[in-house]
Amino acid sequence: MSGYDLESVDGRIEALRRMLTIRVFDETAGDRFADGEIPGFVHLYIGEEAVGVGTCAALAEDDYIASTHRGHGHCIAKGLDPEHMMAELYGKADGYCNGKGGSMHIADVDAGMLGANGIVGAGPPMATGAALSIDYQDREQVAVGFLGDGAVAQGQVHEAVNLASTWDLPAIFVIENNQYGEGTPVGKQHNVDNLSDTAAAHDIPGITVDGMDVTAVAEAVGEARERARAGDGPTIVEAETYRFRGHYEGDEQVYRDDEEVERWRQRDPITSFKERLIDRGELTEDEFEEMEAEVEATIADALEYAKEAPYPEPSEAYDDMFGEPVPEIEEFARQAQAQTDGGER
Amino acid sequence: MAQAGVEQTETMTVREAIRQGLREELERDDDVYMMGEDIGDMGGVLAVTGDLIDEFGEERVRDTPISEAGFVGAATGAAATGTRPVVELMFSDFMGVSMEQIMNQMAKMRYMFGGKTEMPVTVRTTEGGGMGAASQHSGTVHTWIAHFPGLKAVAPGTAESAKGLTKAAIRSDDPVFVFENKMIYEQQGEVPTDPDFTVPIGEAAIEREGSDVTVVATQRLVGESLDVAEDLAGSTSVEVIDARSLYPLDTDTIVESVEKTGRLVVADESPLSYGIHAEVATRAMENAFFSLDAPIQRVGTPDTHVPFSPPLEDEVVPDGDDVRDAIDRIA
Repeated sequence: MSGYDLESVDGRIEALRRMLTIRVFDETAGDRFADGEIPGFVHLYIGEEAVGVGTCAALAEDDYIASTHRGHGHCIAKGLDPEHMMAELYGKADGYCNGKGGSMHIADVDAGMLGANGIVGAGPPMATGAALSIDYQDREQVAVGFLGDGAVAQGQVHEAVNLASTWDLPAIFVIENNQYGEGTPVGKQHNVDNLSDTAAAHDIPGITVDGMDVTAVAEAVGEARERARAGDGPTIVEAETYRFRGHYEGDEQVYRDDEEVERWRQRDPITSFKERLIDRGELTEDEFEEMEAEVEATIADALEYAKEAPYPEPSEAYDDMFGEPVPEIEEFARQAQAQTDGGER
Repeated sequence: MAQAGVEQTETMTVREAIRQGLREELERDDDVYMMGEDIGDMGGVLAVTGDLIDEFGEERVRDTPISEAGFVGAATGAAATGTRPVVELMFSDFMGVSMEQIMNQMAKMRYMFGGKTEMPVTVRTTEGGGMGAASQHSGTVHTWIAHFPGLKAVAPGTAESAKGLTKAAIRSDDPVFVFENKMIYEQQGEVPTDPDFTVPIGEAAIEREGSDVTVVATQRLVGESLDVAEDLAGSTSVEVIDARSLYPLDTDTIVESVEKTGRLVVADESPLSYGIHAEVATRAMENAFFSLDAPIQRVGTPDTHVPFSPPLEDEVVPDGDDVRDAIDRIA
């Protein structure tokens, strides 16, 4: 499996560590964005850690995930390295996408991470496609498409689920219902009690689980994985969760009140899982503090690394357009290189 | 590639040439499979895929639901994860239905991910007016794709290039759109039968040599321009180039021809404003300005949709007469 199967104590400790890593990574990214160091848009995963980690804990290392615009948590859950992630947020040359993707597009296809995605609802078709490759080549994997509650309103999501269902593809669709599609509450966007009810239209299982409970998510995704691997097609798993921060950093959040946020914060997925492990004698407070210190050091190192890493050369803007280069792009690259060389004289 | 002059050819239609190209690539590479609406048992709405399902089965010749965003998106995800899908979009007008997956995913993933994935997907689709199919089934939209960074676009004008470009598209690790003009499926030509024959993406073909005027044409207008050139032989010597590849575009072949003839007509069925015509004309001016002896002429659809009623359709869809008029204006 993924190296942190929740059936084992070590796996549970690792799951807690990953949730904590996501939390600290995103708090750091939020702070540095507020400082003006990170360009663009930043969408934080704080509060939703149990969904990404619970899902990836149930997956094999070479399974695929297709992510959303709120993708940092999925990356860390899947095992991507915070240094190259942070470098990508800073637009640096050895970020995961060589500085071309940024927060919303971190990808590492070889690691099974098919990309965060700036388009709401675009991940599920990608997961269906990956599941098609798996099925076509008789491979032993599954593909997970993450989507938010807002994306459930997108036509391409239903097309992707329909295709996966019709062709019995090994796909799992994980809806992260964080209660808001950008700034609009879920009840104003959908007329179903549970978003997993949409599974009925495709005659596949749809279940709603507590998305603040990492083991509940892992269990549901684990069952969905078994079903997918048995050739019985996709499952929709809706995880009810909450985003503690705004839709994006800088969002004034006029659409909700502090009381609601505080109520959900009482159910913090990290604190509750930590307490459960302590109650079961699998972790001590001291060990948790040690873990916290390690995670904070890891992210501090990642930040330092990202800040000091070099930016790409301007001519690198012309790399990676095509596998087989075209003369048009080569000409632009040549001109950029000539300008750089000329400027240095 | 087989050497010119010694290669074996067969006479066949554009439709048969494309099907032969598809069949050869399905035979050559197990990772290649096709998806589209009614391409299996029905054989394709314009009969291009024919009986391929009998040879290769429904795993490799897949009928999809009427769900362009879904299956174009799935093809994109599949191409990023180790297989080589060939998608048929029944009519290019339907590209609008799947445009999100084309422009934000297929075109951008490789670049946006810093080269972390290949995108070996082929999209075949039909274009063009002339069969009374009205505005939603007659469009010529290849400019969209040729204009959009990260996508390659080809538009064959002969049976030979239809087969060769189809095969090259399938073998390419990049997303390639093959735009087939539906009015030339029955047009015949000599087609190489060597299974390794391909037409490199990015190379134009000089279909007829001439010295007075260059006509750079695409799709149906290649054949019509060749007929015009034949009619004018003796009075005006017309060089006809099949652009074949719209992006990348073979600037060198076009420029060398313009340097020789000094006159250029660009004939392409897409709407005139901001079209392929403008791109070809600009490259000719950038590279051969001092060779030009007359203003460049454009032949295309006059910025309308394609109407249903036959006299209206005849009015807007460009043909050989429009090419001849353009030549007359400058030769």
